[in-house]
Amino acid sequence: MEFYIQQILNALQVGSVYALIALGYTMVYGILAMINFAHGDIFMVSTYLAFFFSTMILGLVNGLNPILVFVLTLLVAMFGTALLAVVIERLAYKPLRTAPRMSAVITALGIGLFLENFMVAFKPVGPAPRFLPPLIPATNYNIGGVTVSTIQIVIIVVSALVMILLDTIVRRTMTGMAMRAISWDKSVVPLMGISVDRIISMTFALGAAVAAVGGTLYGIAYTIDPYMGIRIGWWAFISAVVGGIGNMRGAMIGGFILGFVEIFTPVFLPSTYRDFVAFSLLLILLIFRPTGILGRPMAQKV
Amino acid sequence: MKRLSHFELVAMLLGMVLSACQPAAPTTIKVGLNVELTGSIPVVGESSKNAAELAIKEINDAGGLDVGGTKYTIELLVEDNEDKAESAVAAAQKLATGGVLAMIGPNASRNAIPASVVAESSSMPMISPWSTNPKTTKVGDTAESKKFVFRAAFIDDFQGVVAAKFAMNELKTTKPAILYDVSSEYNKGIAEVYKRTLEENGIQVVSFETYTNGDKDFSSQLTSIQNAGADSLFLPNYYSEVPLQVQQAHKAGFTGNILGSDSWGNIELVTLCGDECEGYYFTTHYAADIATPKAQAFIKAYEAAYGTTPDDVAALTYDSFGLLFQSIQAAGKLDRQAARDAMAAITSYEGVTGNMQFQGTGDPVKSAVILQIKDGKFVYFASAAP
Amino acid sequence: MKSEFWKRWGVLVTLILIFPLTILLPKFGIINPYIDLVLKYIGINIILAISLNLVNGYMGEFSVGHAGFMAIGAYTASLLTVWLFPRQLGPFLFPIALLSGGIAAGIAGLGIAFPSFRTRGDYLAIVTLAFNMIIKSVLENIEAIGGPRGFMGMEKLTSLWWVYLVVILMVFLARNYVFSNFGRGVLSIREDEIASGLVSVNTRQVKVLTFVFSAFLAGVAGGLFAHELQFINPRSFTILKSTDMLVMVYLGGIGSLGGSILGATVFTVVMEGLRSVLQQIGISQEWRLVVAPLMLILLMIFRPSGIMGLREFRFLIPHKERPEAFAGHREQMQARKAAKEVLP
Repeated sequence: MEFYIQQILNALQVGSVYALIALGYTMVYGILAMINFAHGDIFMVSTYLAFFFSTMILGLVNGLNPILVFVLTLLVAMFGTALLAVVIERLAYKPLRTAPRMSAVITALGIGLFLENFMVAFKPVGPAPRFLPPLIPATNYNIGGVTVSTIQIVIIVVSALVMILLDTIVRRTMTGMAMRAISWDKSVVPLMGISVDRIISMTFALGAAVAAVGGTLYGIAYTIDPYMGIRIGWWAFISAVVGGIGNMRGAMIGGFILGFVEIFTPVFLPSTYRDFVAFSLLLILLIFRPTGILGRPMAQKV
Repeated sequence: MKRLSHFELVAMLLGMVLSACQPAAPTTIKVGLNVELTGSIPVVGESSKNAAELAIKEINDAGGLDVGGTKYTIELLVEDNEDKAESAVAAAQKLATGGVLAMIGPNASRNAIPASVVAESSSMPMISPWSTNPKTTKVGDTAESKKFVFRAAFIDDFQGVVAAKFAMNELKTTKPAILYDVSSEYNKGIAEVYKRTLEENGIQVVSFETYTNGDKDFSSQLTSIQNAGADSLFLPNYYSEVPLQVQQAHKAGFTGNILGSDSWGNIELVTLCGDECEGYYFTTHYAADIATPKAQAFIKAYEAAYGTTPDDVAALTYDSFGLLFQSIQAAGKLDRQAARDAMAAITSYEGVTGNMQFQGTGDPVKSAVILQIKDGKFVYFASAAP
Repeated sequence: MKSEFWKRWGVLVTLILIFPLTILLPKFGIINPYIDLVLKYIGINIILAISLNLVNGYMGEFSVGHAGFMAIGAYTASLLTVWLFPRQLGPFLFPIALLSGGIAAGIAGLGIAFPSFRTRGDYLAIVTLAFNMIIKSVLENIEAIGGPRGFMGMEKLTSLWWVYLVVILMVFLARNYVFSNFGRGVLSIREDEIASGLVSVNTRQVKVLTFVFSAFLAGVAGGLFAHELQFINPRSFTILKSTDMLVMVYLGGIGSLGGSILGATVFTVVMEGLRSVLQQIGISQEWRLVVAPLMLILLMIFRPSGIMGLREFRFLIPHKERPEAFAGHREQMQARKAAKEVLP
């Protein structure tokens, strides 16, 4: 029994990160109907921002409260990544808004590859995996046969808070309302006096900031390297699709589903079957319910 | 500026490619380096490159390599195999065509094996510093050896046995578990030898878990291992993955002994792992603290040039070059076949990583050492002779 | 008249004349093995680019998983030559191995074709991706063929002249497919699928055939690839490979066979050429992989239609499709010219 509880905790930890990243995919798709394949690599950059900032701060100032450093790192990573996302959006995606859809997607793939390989080639970063400094004391508690670590708790709790926060922003604020309006009908929104460009940039920024939270948390728990965005990005993407791409709550649910797949597959099958299970799930879902769990069925206008 | 037409662009680029294949100046010897500079184990490539450049600088600073009375400068041609099989092959092909006398690398067995096929068919001597999988020096799936392919490291058939014996005799394990990367020849090969050796001695492996290169979360497999009641854990995996595995093992409640293989050999492992790796053991090629004078000189020079302690890849690469230079000198001329014959005839070479000799195959006979992680350093624990 | 003969037969004659060169040049060392390798890679990439272009360019669907088909072709052909065919007959049975690889891939293509009836656009892209990953995953889990560590033992059956012949054959087949009446159906699906259905284009049939044919091409390329490398593993066939294919197709120009040929050639040459260029300038090799995506991004922003746009090389268009073949073409061109002079 403890075995399963332990695994469920593991799944929640992993799933939280997927959910956070999936939100970025789904938000961008919702307003632009574009799959931002570079998002996984933007997540990767956020982990490096967290790494460099936290290492630098701890090197400059002695004896700082780790919690303070953690919060600062989180904020810096969020801000920096949001900035990067907006820059990419303005430079690369905006010119392609009227171009065929494929161009934007190919460009996104290209940007992802560029980020990965740039980080490898750029000397201060380099390809070696890095550990973030221990911002959260890693203690393990044994509760009734189940080992719970502080990092695990932090990841699950912080992710949940961020998701609730984001949900509130989208549902209760003017910006959020504008974002939802754009996803329903882009052409009408400017008539209401809202700058579509600004909202689009905001969406990218928000999605990136949320991914950066995931990135900082991930960096604390695991190692970071320039190629990590590939696999994580695709799994988060599947999460978004499974939940119904364009639907934010769906993305969260999808993330946790994928988390469960990742943890529970090796329990019953060799770990090499993980990808197989995840992608088969995706395939089956797409064939029988292509819009995902919470997505709305799309009718095509003739 | 005149816009280049598409064809002119292509022609220009083709020209650049062709022009890269120039014959060597008469008093230069070209040696190729085929390593993993990008991809998932770039530190391996970097270590190798550093050691290579150091080895060559030492020779060139001394006036060059004396072959048959003439002194030759060594020129190093570095190729990145991107840790991809097809690039390793393309790089090997390019070096073979580019007129190198020999090729050092690739390091990872998954790249060394396909590249070795090219080396063999081009009759180009190849030394892999770090590949320990037996297939690199064998022809296809047979037991026959390739003629032109050598390595500087011992093979996994030997290393796996050393690790297993240590686990049995020193760690006194009765319920061993293994977590290994199933997508890599090296990890899988050695994991299987370890398992087989234990079982031949009557000890059953309670958990034989796998993961794939790139995975970072092993909590599922480690929880299963803990659930199976394991008292020792063998992690024959790369130094960048081990710290995560150790930490997650502890998180899953594991308190037994942890054992590793030569892939642990980079001191980065301790930096990344911190206290959690304290007291664990691993098999490897050489120990810095019981180093021979020659090894100490190398370690000093490497630290002076690059600021870090050389890992086993660096040491093995340095030895690969040592082997090569000795062979070329013994051959007396700049000929691939002659160099190859001289190398196969080496009965004793004292390298940084110990004494090695080739006994008719490309696999050297050499000892292994077992190191322990103590106070954040690699400390010599025991030796294991073949 | 001589130019008439040349116009009609010029291409064929040139192709026939080049053929002996592809045998002789490598054999006598006039082309060194490295150039030989690069040329072979170019040939394989051309087939891959054309394969993907059929689906993405001509039919307007969105496949990002073609590496999966390549994988199936590679493994099938390899298993045949290593396990089934006797070594000595290898070179003679090679075309059969390639064909089998293509057919196996084609059957897998059916697997994508059917979901494509119900899903469109981005969803189909995800389906193709899932397919790619599932194929890779399945291959990794079959221990008998080496699992994640790959399969080896193939003879180097892929020679330059084989590649040459196969490329010509595949281009020929693709071109005939595209310019046939059936091929028009393919284009019409790209423009407007529902409308096509209304004008009695059997969209299902067209989709199935195009996917199968496209997969077949990728499978053949896979077989050639495997027998060049003499070693294949599932890692060679991931989304990264599919992305390479996408770059080649979009670089050259979708909907243009000539574009695919150009795109594949430029891409392969640039990627290999950069090795030498960077070495000579003294920049470390890691930057090579930064240049390629950068090229792609700039291309997409400034010239998204690729090098060729939607145009096609004259020699690839069958005679009866060429503009001159249309009655009144000359008059039309003259009228256009005259109009330009009148209007500002």
